[in-house]
Amino acid sequence: MSRNDSTDVVVIGSGFGGAIPAYRLAAGGARVEILERGPWLTGDDFDHDFKFGSSSTRAFEFTMGDGMNVLGGNCVGGGSVVYFAAMPRAPRYVFGRRGGIGERMWPRTIDRDALDPWYDMVAESLPITRQDWDDVTYSGGLFAAACSRAGRTANPVPAAIDRDRCTNCNWMMSGCRFDAKRSLLLNYLPAAVVHGARIRPLHEVQRITRTGDGYRVHYNTVDEVDYRVVTGSGTIDCKLVVVAAGAAATPVILQRSEEDLGAMPEAVGRYFSGNGERLNTAVVDEDKVRELLKLDRGDGRAYEAYQIGKGPVCASWDKLDGSLPEFSRYSLEQLYFPPGFGTILAQAPEAAGPTWFGTEKKEMLRRWQSWLTIFIMSEDDNEGVFGPPPETGNADRVSQQMLSRGALSYRPSADTRAAWKRADEDVRDILERDGLARVMPWNDEVIGAYTVHPLASCRIGDDPETSALDDTHELRGHPGIFVTDGSAVPGALTVNPAFTIAALAERAVPGIVAAAGRRGLPVRYVAEPPPSVSSSAWARTADR
Amino acid sequence: MEPKSAILDDREVMTLEAFADTIIPGERRGPHDRAVAGAAAGGGAVASGAIDLMTSEEGGLAGVLPTLAAGLDEHARDWAARRGRTLEDGVPAFAALGFDDRTALAATLMAPGNPERELWVPLAMFSVMAWDTGASQHTTDALAGGHPGLIAMGFTPPGADGLWRFPDFSYRKVLATVHPHTTESGDPA
Repeated sequence: MSRNDSTDVVVIGSGFGGAIPAYRLAAGGARVEILERGPWLTGDDFDHDFKFGSSSTRAFEFTMGDGMNVLGGNCVGGGSVVYFAAMPRAPRYVFGRRGGIGERMWPRTIDRDALDPWYDMVAESLPITRQDWDDVTYSGGLFAAACSRAGRTANPVPAAIDRDRCTNCNWMMSGCRFDAKRSLLLNYLPAAVVHGARIRPLHEVQRITRTGDGYRVHYNTVDEVDYRVVTGSGTIDCKLVVVAAGAAATPVILQRSEEDLGAMPEAVGRYFSGNGERLNTAVVDEDKVRELLKLDRGDGRAYEAYQIGKGPVCASWDKLDGSLPEFSRYSLEQLYFPPGFGTILAQAPEAAGPTWFGTEKKEMLRRWQSWLTIFIMSEDDNEGVFGPPPETGNADRVSQQMLSRGALSYRPSADTRAAWKRADEDVRDILERDGLARVMPWNDEVIGAYTVHPLASCRIGDDPETSALDDTHELRGHPGIFVTDGSAVPGALTVNPAFTIAALAERAVPGIVAAAGRRGLPVRYVAEPPPSVSSSAWARTADR
Repeated sequence: MEPKSAILDDREVMTLEAFADTIIPGERRGPHDRAVAGAAAGGGAVASGAIDLMTSEEGGLAGVLPTLAAGLDEHARDWAARRGRTLEDGVPAFAALGFDDRTALAATLMAPGNPERELWVPLAMFSVMAWDTGASQHTTDALAGGHPGLIAMGFTPPGADGLWRFPDFSYRKVLATVHPHTTESGDPA
């Protein structure tokens, strides 16, 4: 089964990078088709369930690489559906980063002041709210108290969460059952649908070719249960393409398109950053929590609350300091990671045998409710490089859902490893004082590094040698193709990047509108925020 | 006797169980249990459904499991021969190894630089997940049925509707000084 359609704009991917341009272009009068590789899940589809085949595997993707493993969303709404909704702005110094290339990574036109109005726009649209100490979960509070005792500061992290609806169930990596998490299913995507945009789930884009006056986007449709099974294919002709398939997929689509479109910029599929991410897991001594930190849940327990909460709520930003040299700046964020992904690589402190499996690991797991996981977001050196694309998609699928093996390779530089080491030592300094906890970084030998925030594999910049996109996000040498997802972010941000990805996507829209105008499309720029809906099922119903 | 698995013979099951038990060890299921070494108290990966998870259609590993089982046994025979261990006849070689040898062999197979680690690491991941997520069954059913891993971890059971809610989630007090450069919106400067 094959079909051929045409439209004005094809948007590849429905996460922050796709949903935002899709809404604004549709609202401005463009015909928009959104192609999303994953399923369209809403409210009741979001299971509290680890079973294979539940939303925890339907909506989530774990792409193994050589030295780097990427975790991300695979559903309508992309990362916004499975993320933890922590939304801090990138600190000012980030925009001046140079990294290993020795020159400014970011375009000179973009700094924090330039991006703040776009951050404001996203903050209003989702919305994002400042959190206070009453919102901070036990685990966040434990980390804050430990930071305070160690002479550090700690901040509740701004979040895109409706506190009145949130049940602190900590299932948010499987999608939010209660529509408390302000994913794109509650704002930009329904607004896009209202303006006539069409969302096509289970449509995996393979490549882009050229037509007389635009582009043709080629996709396969995939089975809703077994994503390895191709059920059909088709094409859509369009004037403009917005590529926002995520930093682990966008460069692969462009690489595969090279045969027809001609040479891609050198930086397509290079300079991948894992946002300098790394995890440490502490096992706390409950008596010391009570004795040293004076914490008590009021029911006889001091902590034992790892399972409770809403992902990361508290962070230490002491090292987000522009006066420090590059590779020594990072945030430390308390985090919850569910069993499975969140336990496999955790290492048993003081183990005489293997640290990540075996008898001592099992003993550590028995104390799971006393775990505290600390997420390091530091500065890596954009070491990731994509090899030749697989036959279809961005990776060879192993399982029906979730597990695949891709062509990304990553060898952390000495600077990156030094940054991780500094941050690891800092975590230990905060948490091991007076026996409060024992801490170990996650094993980085078994599968290499990992990231939940893939970035920079098709980045903006001023230098054509080291950036694939100009500062309007247009792909160099391929006018009319824009990249607006995490792959456009030039490098590690030292904080959670979703807010910055979204702000950059907002900032890119006027340029895309202008490009539409140059191609004779009567599209205007619409600045109004998307209306908010209270049910994630709303857009899917409206689309039908 | 019913075969233990529709797609694996009993020897293959025993080998894969022995591997799973090496990753998250457990107590023996009975006096004649050869796959489970009994190296830890309480049920381990095997009692938590490791074979069900490995053979699940969703997992995608089922087709390669006979090859993996044969590979484990071959490595085990080689391991035993190099160290002068005698392996009991009639028992698959990996299961016939003692627990310490199984552990050391598994560590070797999954070590950086081992050309086969991409085969064994996923098998280990499935073994861990069997214990700490019970992903071969619905989590509510696993908890109701006394799933060894989830119970040992103290995973709190859901409410009556099968969903989790924690109305008490916060110490509800100021626990640290915020960064002095925090902006009005609560962001880093």
